[in-house]
Amino acid sequence: MSIDRTTHLRRLEAESIRIIREVAAEFRNPVMLYSIGKDSSVMLHLAMKAFYPSKPPFPLMHIDTTWKFRDMILFRDETARRLGLDLIVHSNMDGIAQGVTPFSHGSSYYTHVMKTEALKAALTKYGFDAAFGGARRDEEKSRAKERVFSFRTATHTWDPKNQRPELWQLYNGRVAKGESIRAFPLSNWTELDIWQYIMAENIPIVPLYYAAERPTVERDGQILMLDDERFPVAAGETVETRLIRFRTLGCYPLTSAFESEATTLPEIVREMLIARTSERSGRLIDHDDAASMEKKKREGYF
Amino acid sequence: MNTSASPAAMATPSVASPVESPEAFAEYLAAQEKKSLLRFLTCGSVDDGKSTLIGRLLYDTKLVFEDHLLALEKDSRKHGTTGEEIDLALLLDGLEAEREQGITIDVAYRFFTTERRKFIVADTPGHEQYTRNMATGASTSDVAVLLVDARHGIVTQTRRHSFIVSLLGIRHVIVAVNKIDLVGYDEKIFTQIRQAYQAFAGGFGFKTLTAIPISARYGDNVTARSERMPWYKGPTLLEHLETVDVEEDRASRPFRMAVQWVNRPNLDFRGYSGTIASGRVAPGDTLVVAKSGKASKVKRIVTYDGDLDQAAAGDAVTVTLEDEIDISRGDLLAAANDRPEVADQFAAHLIWMHDEPLFPGRSYLLKCGAKTVTASVTDLKHKIDVNTFEHLAAKELRLNEVTFCNLSLSEPIAFDSYDSNRETGAFILIDRFTNATVGAGMISYGLRRATNVHWQAIDVSKESHAALKAQKPAVLWFTGLSGSGKSTIANIVEKKLHAMGRHTFILDGDNVRHGLNRDLGFTEADRVENIRRVGEVAKLFVDAGLIVLVSFISPFRAERRMARDLVGPGEFIEVYVDTPIEDCEARDVKGLYAKARAGKLKNFTGIDSPYEAPESPEIRLDTTAGTAEEMADRLIESLRERGMIA
Repeated sequence: MSIDRTTHLRRLEAESIRIIREVAAEFRNPVMLYSIGKDSSVMLHLAMKAFYPSKPPFPLMHIDTTWKFRDMILFRDETARRLGLDLIVHSNMDGIAQGVTPFSHGSSYYTHVMKTEALKAALTKYGFDAAFGGARRDEEKSRAKERVFSFRTATHTWDPKNQRPELWQLYNGRVAKGESIRAFPLSNWTELDIWQYIMAENIPIVPLYYAAERPTVERDGQILMLDDERFPVAAGETVETRLIRFRTLGCYPLTSAFESEATTLPEIVREMLIARTSERSGRLIDHDDAASMEKKKREGYF
Repeated sequence: MNTSASPAAMATPSVASPVESPEAFAEYLAAQEKKSLLRFLTCGSVDDGKSTLIGRLLYDTKLVFEDHLLALEKDSRKHGTTGEEIDLALLLDGLEAEREQGITIDVAYRFFTTERRKFIVADTPGHEQYTRNMATGASTSDVAVLLVDARHGIVTQTRRHSFIVSLLGIRHVIVAVNKIDLVGYDEKIFTQIRQAYQAFAGGFGFKTLTAIPISARYGDNVTARSERMPWYKGPTLLEHLETVDVEEDRASRPFRMAVQWVNRPNLDFRGYSGTIASGRVAPGDTLVVAKSGKASKVKRIVTYDGDLDQAAAGDAVTVTLEDEIDISRGDLLAAANDRPEVADQFAAHLIWMHDEPLFPGRSYLLKCGAKTVTASVTDLKHKIDVNTFEHLAAKELRLNEVTFCNLSLSEPIAFDSYDSNRETGAFILIDRFTNATVGAGMISYGLRRATNVHWQAIDVSKESHAALKAQKPAVLWFTGLSGSGKSTIANIVEKKLHAMGRHTFILDGDNVRHGLNRDLGFTEADRVENIRRVGEVAKLFVDAGLIVLVSFISPFRAERRMARDLVGPGEFIEVYVDTPIEDCEARDVKGLYAKARAGKLKNFTGIDSPYEAPESPEIRLDTTAGTAEEMADRLIESLRERGMIA
């Protein structure tokens, strides 16, 4: 490869690899949170690079709310198989038993139970002392201030006012028993960097990012996709086939699509540059209240 | 062009245009591949408009999305300080508390991009108590944008920030004279400020120093040239950021790479993974492990994308060598013909970042590159007043203070001076109990005595001293409140051991303070030194084969830990004489509690100075459960169980 390694993408790549290696070297039992989205795909690709010719010395873990798009689950299993990596899938069985769904309980409570609580329980169950996440600082205001090595108490909470200073690339990975670090190797990447890197490196991504004809309904001004028969179509709503794609992927009832004709990576990037709406606006959970992401993060959400 | 909410008129269309046609877009993508990366920080006093400036850069480079703008308009009405106009600063002040207080209290990282460069901006606070955050932002930046309010000129904080920027090794400074609109776009005022800054910053070693008159609020000379300052002929802020050359040519310096991770997928492959800190490397080059001096030649430079014929500073690679030599995480690989220093003592600048002060003698973890060792500050040469740059005497170092000091490490490490290498010359200090990052340091030079003062080998060893006395040497470290009964119990224990034919010695807090430690008082700093000296004396007595009974209040865990680390495993028996403070105070044999309560005795443990009880002492003596004699018997019994005595 004759890529100039002083360009911004190569610099970002090298910084991320360094972070990933540092976590693997300093922690007893790290795990990579794998959410199947484009950022996770990039993070995983970087992990493959970081340890080559070895495999990443940690498992992947997916917190499965059981409401992910079916294509995501197929992609997840195929990716773990293709790369030969251990994959842990964890769901909040209590939540499922209690019938907590995004339709019945509202997005805020549902997210708390099926994502935040499930994540905390899984981290505790396996005794992970470090967890990689694919969050970027450009996504949301409270993330702009989070450290690369972000400390969590034994109860997985984050204290934004009491973060460890982080200088140079000297990350402090010291934790007491029960405490942990969330490590964010993509901290300094932007959405545009992610797409450019996916393009430059030919990284496989879930087909839902590409435009295709899919069954949808319009609800509260957002286009939602009917990924399976559990989607309750309300009276007055009509199921329409639209040419749509997604900018971010989450639980299908909480992720809105938009109409698009972009079926190739360059078209996606071009569309992104024209777009005047930030990517998390496709996530319904962020709109609950003004500082909702910071609140969720304090409670242990990624 | 008279309201802040009409940026379209002056924004540089640096992002939006290429998407017009597929051809232009293909060109755009090709150009994107060639963009470089620049990290800079903004600093200045509280109301100089840092957040507004970055908000302006994001806004003008069209990186503010519609939904963010909507949220911003809502927020501006609620918290804004600009009336009906959009308050760009609110784009930046992320955390809830900041939105309420209207000040930035932590470092925020922001990103924007133009056709030439991607930028990572550290927005750092101007408040004095948050200096540590500024140092944090500066540590990863190559350029500093220093805001100066045109109405106020150079103020104390300008001096402080310039000092920190220079201390952290930033060599390119832009003085953005902001709010020029509020002084009528007056050239004279701008020139005065520029000259005053140049005069006082001469000694800071900045390579480039550029002054630009701007109005962050109205956008003048930020991304577009101002029509209201025809007298200004220099670049706009963005033009300058896009073109300033920060390549220190790290690649032309001697090769350094800290081994982060030893890569061993199978028995046939052994590679060393790390990021090259400086220099270049190619197969065939001779490298040394800096600390051991062992050398070998580079066999391959392995990456996921194939082997490289050469790699340079900034690259994350895996190197394999021709020979099997002992290398582990933390080792520094270096050019054989231009090696780093190796020492266990060095002089450094240190910024303190924690509420709990630094005390010389206290032991911390020091992380430099991928290596972590224990270290303590042996000598605070002086503190530096960050406002006047005066050198002041110091016994301790408080939050946000800067010192020049000597450090002593538990083992030698390899390093360069921070001036010559920002990666191999930087370190952080970590508290051994709370794991907090408490200090950031920049190494100046290794101390010669570390390399030249060698241990004198002594033939009669610790073992032979002990064998002659037919006993296992140990330290019995009695800790507890004043009046808890430490000395009484220690005295009885010594009599009993003596009667059993054991060779013992008591170091008593009060007695030692009459001699060896006569020069020390009761401040936290002196207490740390008090324990350090006694720990060292106890260690010598253990080397002499004695059972040493140390009876000291020793209120701080960190110092008891330090004393423990001085002797071998199993040789330190921490005896916690656990007496409730009410009982100690009721007994008050020396009348000290009464004095302390009356305010006649300062820094008295348990009253106005903390006692940190041991978390897992070898022996805990609950003095409410028996007499001193019985406590002594329990202790002797416990020593027997541990095989310390027959």
